Amino acid sequence: MKKWQCVVCGFIYDEAVGIPEDGIAAGTRWEDIPAEWACPDCGVAKTDFEMVAMDAAA
Amino acid sequence: MQPIVILGTGLAGYTVARELRKLDTATPLMLVTRDDGSFYSKPVLSNALAQKKAASQIALNSAADMTRQLQAHIHTNLAVNAIDVAARTVTTENGPTLAYGQLVLALGADPIRVPLAGDAADGVLSVNDLGDYARFRAALDGKRRVLLLGAGLIGCEFANDLRASDFDVEVVDPAPQPLGRLLPPKAAAFLRAGLEGIGVRFHLGTAAQAVNHAGNGLRIQLANGTTVESDLVLSAIGLKARTALAQAAGLKVNRGIVTDSFLQTSAEHVYALGDCAEVAGHNLPFVMPIMQAARALAKTLAGTPTAVQYPAMPVVVKTPACPTVVSPPPPGVDGQWTEDVASDGVRALFRDVAGKLRGFALVGAATKDKQALTQEIPALL
Repeated sequence: MKKWQCVVCGFIYDEAVGIPEDGIAAGTRWEDIPAEWACPDCGVAKTDFEMVAMDAAA
Repeated sequence: MQPIVILGTGLAGYTVARELRKLDTATPLMLVTRDDGSFYSKPVLSNALAQKKAASQIALNSAADMTRQLQAHIHTNLAVNAIDVAARTVTTENGPTLAYGQLVLALGADPIRVPLAGDAADGVLSVNDLGDYARFRAALDGKRRVLLLGAGLIGCEFANDLRASDFDVEVVDPAPQPLGRLLPPKAAAFLRAGLEGIGVRFHLGTAAQAVNHAGNGLRIQLANGTTVESDLVLSAIGLKARTALAQAAGLKVNRGIVTDSFLQTSAEHVYALGDCAEVAGHNLPFVMPIMQAARALAKTLAGTPTAVQYPAMPVVVKTPACPTVVSPPPPGVDGQWTEDVASDGVRALFRDVAGKLRGFALVGAATKDKQALTQEIPALL
């Protein structure tokens, strides 16, 4: 399971945790999140900005 | 066809451009910026140290990249002198006069500075863009101690970031608590404790008066009689929308450049968004409102007039020492805060006189309730 960071605001998406309150179950891989999804902290759309995979050590 | 001209290449300017190009690949597009036109995200500056990013690693795209991506002409390092709304032109400093079909003002805001006495007052820095940030990081090199003026959003975020990278951090603010404008008292006290818990030192209820050289460092005189020794002073006391150009052009300005809910200013064909704008009475210098405004404005510019929608848009304060998220009640709403204090956090709710939830502040473990509470709050616009 990976962690991804929004390059605009720093929000971290943890695949192991998901975002249950947004309908994204724990374990959902980044690629499988719907295209219409927007970063919950800053509103940037999934299609617009890269989430950057975080190093395991980070 | 006269181009759409966007003044400013911050998050607001570049996002309008990107959203417009999704809808319209034909209309000529021009952007003008005083800086080098690098595309970066300002929120990233608040924890670049913790993310181990040098200033040179923060830009996401260069102006050249953006020129290709946007199929636009980008004038970099060019200052705008005046806007002529009758002639629909923009005059620049030692540069061309630009004709526009539609003009977008995405000018941002300036850091507020207070006058300080002392022989080192002119060395006080502020950070409001990537260039400032690079200068700040260069000035930090070899230093150990930083004094922040201002315990607002940026002051607290930078305090956390610096302290987590082992700098000695002190923060001065005339208010009785950090984030005083956004948080009710118990929530603010919890945040203060969280930051003090990692070693940040606060001087509240006072202000800096003088900054003087003292040996290899600085001596800062506070109004309450205290003297603080430090190596670098960073001023983060607030922002003032850049309204001068608009005002000189005869546009209506208030706290920001006044627009209606279509982002249109008092002049036809001229729009404004972002930190420089006051949209239907709201000045919201945060990312989410900018995204909402940019999407609506792009549709309008592409030919379908679209009013911006502002749902509740909570602001996440980037203080890892004490997670904090706040959805401030809209200005002018009468009501009161109720604060629920637990050992691991504070849940503060703002209800209006009819008992409706209009805002919240969540600190510590209470931040888990953010999504649920956001859904209860009616839209701002």
